[in-house]
Amino acid sequence: MTPVLQATGLVKRYGKVTALAGADLELLPGEILAVIGDNGAGKSSLIKALSGAVIPDEGSIFVDGAEVSFSSPLDARRAGIETVHQSLAVSPSLDIAANLFLGRERRRPGVLGSVFRMLDRAGMRDEARRQLDALGIMTIQNPGQAVETLSGGQRQAVAVARAAAFGSRVVIMDEPTAALGVRESRAVLDLILQVREKGLPVILISHNMPHVFEVADRIHIQRLGRRKAVVDPKSVSMSDAVAIMTGAMEPPGV
Amino acid sequence: MTAVVEERDQSLLTRVQHLLHAQATIGPAVVLLASVIVFALLSERFLTPGNISLILQQVAVVGTLAVGQTIVILTAGIDLSCGAIMVLTSIVMAKVAAETGLPGLPALLLGFLVGTLCGLLNGFLVTRLKLPPFIVTLGTLNVFFALNLWYSHSATIRGTDMPSLLLFTGQTFTVGGTRITYGSIMLVLLVAAMAFVLKNTAWGRHVYSTGDDLEASRLSGIRTARVLLSVYATAGLIYAVAAWTLIGRIASASPQAGQTDNLDSITAVVIGGTSLFGGRGAVVGSLLGALIVGVFRNGLALAGVDVLWQTMAVGVLIIVAVSLDQWIRKVKA
Repeated sequence: MTPVLQATGLVKRYGKVTALAGADLELLPGEILAVIGDNGAGKSSLIKALSGAVIPDEGSIFVDGAEVSFSSPLDARRAGIETVHQSLAVSPSLDIAANLFLGRERRRPGVLGSVFRMLDRAGMRDEARRQLDALGIMTIQNPGQAVETLSGGQRQAVAVARAAAFGSRVVIMDEPTAALGVRESRAVLDLILQVREKGLPVILISHNMPHVFEVADRIHIQRLGRRKAVVDPKSVSMSDAVAIMTGAMEPPGV
Repeated sequence: MTAVVEERDQSLLTRVQHLLHAQATIGPAVVLLASVIVFALLSERFLTPGNISLILQQVAVVGTLAVGQTIVILTAGIDLSCGAIMVLTSIVMAKVAAETGLPGLPALLLGFLVGTLCGLLNGFLVTRLKLPPFIVTLGTLNVFFALNLWYSHSATIRGTDMPSLLLFTGQTFTVGGTRITYGSIMLVLLVAAMAFVLKNTAWGRHVYSTGDDLEASRLSGIRTARVLLSVYATAGLIYAVAAWTLIGRIASASPQAGQTDNLDSITAVVIGGTSLFGGRGAVVGSLLGALIVGVFRNGLALAGVDVLWQTMAVGVLIIVAVSLDQWIRKVKA
């Protein structure tokens, strides 16, 4: 099976600090791949390289087997890779519909759109409503509400809905439950499972082992800037995964 | 068990906060209306056609500058050089026309070009050298002002030496006894056009989101550097329009005109409810802000209040407006 997204030998240095020391990653069609690792293991740099937010110094990235080079988040987006950043990358003073379509606004048909550059506000609002409904996000009633008036979980839902609505190949989520309470985390985990049901593979970066073991099909363990192992959550225990992550144990079968 | 009804704090104050949060221009509109009523009661001369005409003329130049200043402040920037750009372009328009006999329209367009280039320089320094807008425009304020003195030889160009088109903005027509300058009409049209663009185009949204959260906008695929560059360039063009209004207002082009107009335009924007922290506000508010300052100065003068108290009143208005903005920002769902 050709990986949807593959990275080989990624290197990223910040001055004397080496964040990625030849990291590999493979994401297979339709799976949820969790990426875990200690602080400083290079998770964020790996994800930023895959989403176009940083340019790796060395290494290659392949989408559906074809090599790509991303010089901006826009390039990754054009390749069908949508990212939910830990900071969510939403504009608080804009409303939900505006945030969903931020950077890819739709214009009205005809002269109003082509000459006067008018936005299709009603159309975008309806589409936002549909996307939120499709993911079962019922707690948000009005897509015209400003994002800053939403709770943390609702904001997360908006960011996930945006990625799910526009991602055609891959959705990457960086610590989507880190800032959330128990009930809100539950809702976001359900969202992640729904994104997979839509047929989109997901890369999930998380510190939360129970969450990872609950939803992931495979677990990529990152250590010291490299991929240390890929394990099956059904055959490896949580404590073993943590032991591999911290270097207390060698991965099985290597 | 009966369901627990969640208590929602909907005191009058909270509702006002939400209303102001949703509609930033309500605040300045109410202040303007209230001040007009108060000053009309204080002086019967206040609402006479002649006085209204005077206020509109006084507001036209700063109001036009404030349109450009608004889009810069919406991106969380600030433009201290707007007055200097205006004066420089007014001198360029007037002097080129007066000395070379260039007709009005090309002289005007040349001025617009110079204004746009000045704005582009600001934008270039902000986006490429990544310097804070405050420092960039503090620097270019002096650069442009020096260029203005050098090119003009510190001499005023008289209106009689200029093509009539450059003085058009100062000409008037009469509605119900009130003489209105074409410069004021141009300001209203400019505000309407900018309000439309900010509200209805993708560029407008990107201006707000860039000011709201630069990194989030970049990660959302917005070319933030390009947005900022276009904002400073557009602002420069608008300052050149203000230069045209200025020439009409004083019927000449003076290298010493508009010395405090840069700060006055910031005052108008802030009183108009636009946040200095970016991402929040509206250009209509800035027009209202400019009118509020004009009405306050004029009304207090008519009421026989010393100029120094007018200045103090404007100062208090600024602080009240910014405090209000801080409060509105704390709005909760």
